[in-house]
Parts: sequence; C-alpha cells; structure tokens
Amino acid sequence: MVDTIIRADAITKSFGDVRAVKGVDLAVEPGTVFGLLGPNGAGKTTTIRILTTLLEPDGGSATVAGFDVVRDAEQLRPVIGLAGQFAAVDENLTGLENLEMVGRLYHLPRAEARRRAEKVLERFDLAEAAHRTAKTYSGGMRRRLDVGASLVGQPKVLFMDEPTTGLDPRSRLVLWELIRDLQKEGTTLLLCTQYLEEADQLCDRIAVIDLGTVIAEGTSEDLKDKIGGEVLELHVDAEHLGRAVETLRGLGSGEPTQDEDTRLIRVPVGSEGPMVLLETVRRLDDAGIPIEDIALHRPTLDDVFLSLTGHAAEMALEEAEEPEPQPEKRKRRRDR
Amino acid sequence: MSAVAVAPARPTITTRAMLSFFDSLIVARRNLMQIVRIPAVLVFELVQPVMFVLLFRYVFAGNIANVPPEIVELGGYVVFLMPGIIVQNAIFGATTTAIGIAEDLKSGLVDRFRSLPMARSAMLAGRATSDLIKNFILLLVVIGIGYLVGFSFKNGFVNALAMIVLVMAVSFAFSWVMAAIALSVKKLEAVQAAAFTGIFPLVFMSSALVPIAGMDGWVQAIARNNPISHWANLARYFAVGEYSQMGGTPTELIILSSVWILVLLVIFMPLSIRLYSKLT
Repeated sequence: MVDTIIRADAITKSFGDVRAVKGVDLAVEPGTVFGLLGPNGAGKTTTIRILTTLLEPDGGSATVAGFDVVRDAEQLRPVIGLAGQFAAVDENLTGLENLEMVGRLYHLPRAEARRRAEKVLERFDLAEAAHRTAKTYSGGMRRRLDVGASLVGQPKVLFMDEPTTGLDPRSRLVLWELIRDLQKEGTTLLLCTQYLEEADQLCDRIAVIDLGTVIAEGTSEDLKDKIGGEVLELHVDAEHLGRAVETLRGLGSGEPTQDEDTRLIRVPVGSEGPMVLLETVRRLDDAGIPIEDIALHRPTLDDVFLSLTGHAAEMALEEAEEPEPQPEKRKRRRDR
Repeated sequence: MSAVAVAPARPTITTRAMLSFFDSLIVARRNLMQIVRIPAVLVFELVQPVMFVLLFRYVFAGNIANVPPEIVELGGYVVFLMPGIIVQNAIFGATTTAIGIAEDLKSGLVDRFRSLPMARSAMLAGRATSDLIKNFILLLVVIGIGYLVGFSFKNGFVNALAMIVLVMAVSFAFSWVMAAIALSVKKLEAVQAAAFTGIFPLVFMSSALVPIAGMDGWVQAIARNNPISHWANLARYFAVGEYSQMGGTPTELIILSSVWILVLLVIFMPLSIRLYSKLT
C-alpha cells in the first residue's frame, strides 16, 4: 500500500442549500506537491478548510499526517501550516513581530521563535523590511510574509489556497521557486489554484475539481493524455474559416473544431502530427486558402479542463461570485 | 491507514490552562500594539465620552430634575453624572471587542489563529484582556476630565478603587457579549450597528445619566431592573457615598451587580468560545 500523508474519503460540506463539497476523495503521498485545480466556487477552499481543521465536514472523513481532522484536530494543528486566500498578517505589526507572534503561538520559546522568524524573513527576501510595519508592504511582500508565517512552525504539510492570486509575475515566480525548494526539503504541499499553468509547473499530481467533486486525478501528463495526443492549431482569415474546416475534415484522429472569434481551427492529430501538418498545408494551398500561422501543440491543461467539464476554466470564473484576476490564456494563444 | 506521525501525549489540564493563559497574553500584546502604533485610535475613542460629559454637564445639567438632595449638596448634577458616564463608557468601550473581532475575521487573521495549535479561547480572551487595558486607560482620562468639570471622589480612596474594579468588571463582561455578537453577525458594518443599537437604549433607560424618578411609568419599570442601573447606582455610591434613590443598600447593590456580571460571563464566555470553534 502506498504511503499517504493526506487522505480524504468522500468528504462533504453544505452551507445552507449550497452543497459546496459533494464527496471529495484525495490521496497525497508524502513529499509531493499536490494541486487542487478548479474555478472559483468549485469547492477547493472548502476542502482546504476542512483539511486544516477550520471547518468540520458534514460527512466522510479525512486524515492528515495520521491525524483525523475532526477527532485529532488539536494534535494535527502543530504539524500543519496554512497560507489562506488572504494575506492574513497584522498590518500594525512589523514583519518580524508578525512571525514571532506566530512562532510563540506554536509554543516555541521566545528565542527560538525569534530565530525562526529571522530565518524565514531572510529566506523570503524580507530581511530589510523586517522592522517595518506590514502596512507599508506591497501586495507581493504581504503574501510572502503570509506564506512565511505558515512556515514558522516548520510544518510537515503545508496548505496553500491560491498562493499567487493577484500577484505580479515576478512575485509569482519567487513563490514558485519557494514551493519547489520546500518540496526538496521534504515538505508535502497541497495547493489550490485556478491557474492551469501553475498546476502544470508545480504539481506532481493534480486533482481537477468542479462543482464540489473531483472529476479527474493524475499527473499533468496523465491528464493531457486523457484527451489524447497532440493538437494542430492554425489560424486563417475569417472569410475562409468555414471552407478550411471542410477541406480538413477526415484528417487527423478526430473532427476539426473552429472558433469564430479567434479564427482558430484545431485538429486532434493523435501521434500522426508531422504527417497531418504536411497534409494540412498541402490541402489548404491547393484550395487557395492562405494560412496565417500553424503549429503542433501538446494539449494544455486548458484543453483538459474544457474536455472534462464541458466549459473552460475562464467561463466558469465569469459565473463565480468574486471574479479574480485571471491569466489571459486565450489572448496568449492567439499570439503564438 | 498510515500513521506518519506519532501522536504526542495530550497535555494535562494544568498545562492546557497555562498554555491558554500565555496564548491569550500573546494575542493581547498584539492587540495593544495597535494602540502603540496608531495612538490616534485611542484619541478618537475619547471623543465620545468627553462629548457626553461636556453636553450633559453644560447643556442638560440645569434642566435635570430629581437629582437626589445629598448629591446636589456635594456639587450638583455633575456628581450624579460622572459615575454613570463612567459605567456607560465601560460598556461603549467594550464594543471595540466586537469591532476588533470583526476586523480579524475580515482580514483572515482569525483563520490563521484557528489553524495554529493555540487555545481556542485565547483569541477571544486576548481581545477581552487588551480591551480591558485600553478601557482602563480611557477610564483614567474620563475621571481626569470629571475632575476638570467639578466632579471629585467623596467616599474615600478604597471606595474609589472599588468603583474602578466594578467598572472594569462590567467592561470585561460586556466584551464577551460583544464577542458573541461579532461572531454571530460577522460583517464589520453590521457588527457596529448591532453593537450600538443594542446598547444605546439600554444605557439611556437606566439611572446612568439621569435619575429614574422623572422617567415615564413603564420606562421606570425597565430602568429599575436594568443591570446598568444597579452598576451605575453602585458606582455612584462608591464615588460619593450613600444617597436617596440608590435602589438598595450598598450590600444589596454589590450582590445584584456581581450576580449580573457573573450571569453575563457564564452565558457569553462559553457561547463566544463555542461560536469561535464552530465558525464556518
């Protein structure tokens, strides 16, 4: 049997009539980074709040580091860290004071709390701001301080709820680097994200979560394989779009699809990529349809999400209560 | 099931009590840092009691009937007013407990605290303690202002101290009421509204600011049984000695006042801690 450090069995949680989590199963191996990927309102935060003892599940059970999240909550708390959705730092305290306070609340002796606080500040590139109140920190600095606070207790398992939401690209990269370092040191991480790229970059395994259930689970490669091989993507101008799709029908491993807005045609190609690419160019040339650009792609997690849920991650986001800043995937795809 | 960690022994009752005490002090210290960092908050909080003292002392005083004759002799309405204002201020001062908790809920700090291995009661006890210290500072300033406008203690040093202890106990008990309100209502603006709309009529329908004798019949019935009246009457006794319309002998007042404080604590301390543990 594979060792698991986080296990959830059919946990459920409702808020009034809203069934936020409808039976989530998870199994996370020690020392790995596990991603919960899904749009806002999918149940990611509720799941994390249950695993960190902030919420009791209505049904099912979960253990973290061998402790039941309900029955053994008191013994569990010393071995976990939580970096929540908001940068939970006290604005009126300095960076050092914030971390020292958290250390003291982990019941560390004063000197040890201070030593760890200083170490964390050093590591998070906040040493120079150690004696400034958190009020004066930028968004990225606050987020780093918050993640730092979750590390003061040197947790075995660290939970991060959308750690990079709202961060500028540089701060995001800094945090990614930290997450990789923590993993190297043996920490198990469970992180929620709505950024497909983030899950792809950081996570050993990913659970795609939508409407309160896990709809797929595996490595990023597994998930991509699920929707099958490579995809040929090409752009033609608007007047030729329909004719181009007709011309390409029968090529590749599935029906070509088109997007009227972006004038993008996608052809699933299985493992026949180069052959289909050549044939596509030849046929469109014969038909006198100019190609604006054309390329073979490994499917992205975007594609995975679309094929698993029937809606794009971004679409679900628009319907969510609190839309968060989102990566401009669609635009970027047009650019490449 | 894999047991990755070995369960540490559950701490004994004494260790737990010690830990929750220290946890509370750490939280209280953190709350007090706000006053150190932004002293203006304290100054703004002083505006209200000072305004009340000045308005009642210089606008209403001459129009207030039924002031007990013993108190008129000791200096007039201002002598009646100050102990009442001090009790009122202790209760108003406790609303910062509700506001502070609502702010911590909003900023996510409550989530952080709840995920830490600290005592469940510590965040609330820490808040109640820091507000107690803050309210003590406010109390000293208000007494000082009372002296400037014609009030003074007339019943000896020990009784003056007893008044301060009484008022602080009231303030501490109300902090727990406020904690329960904040943890039920949660939204900052709603918490502010709920706290003040509850407290205003309660304070006015008591003997804190004006004598009960001139109130409408049915209001008198409420006012005589309002715990704020008992506390105000007792505070006034501690400040200036016996007077007519005291609503009981000193001993009776001490018993009534203490029972009410204990009742509030016995109901609202466990209720608040329970609400905090079960937050969603």
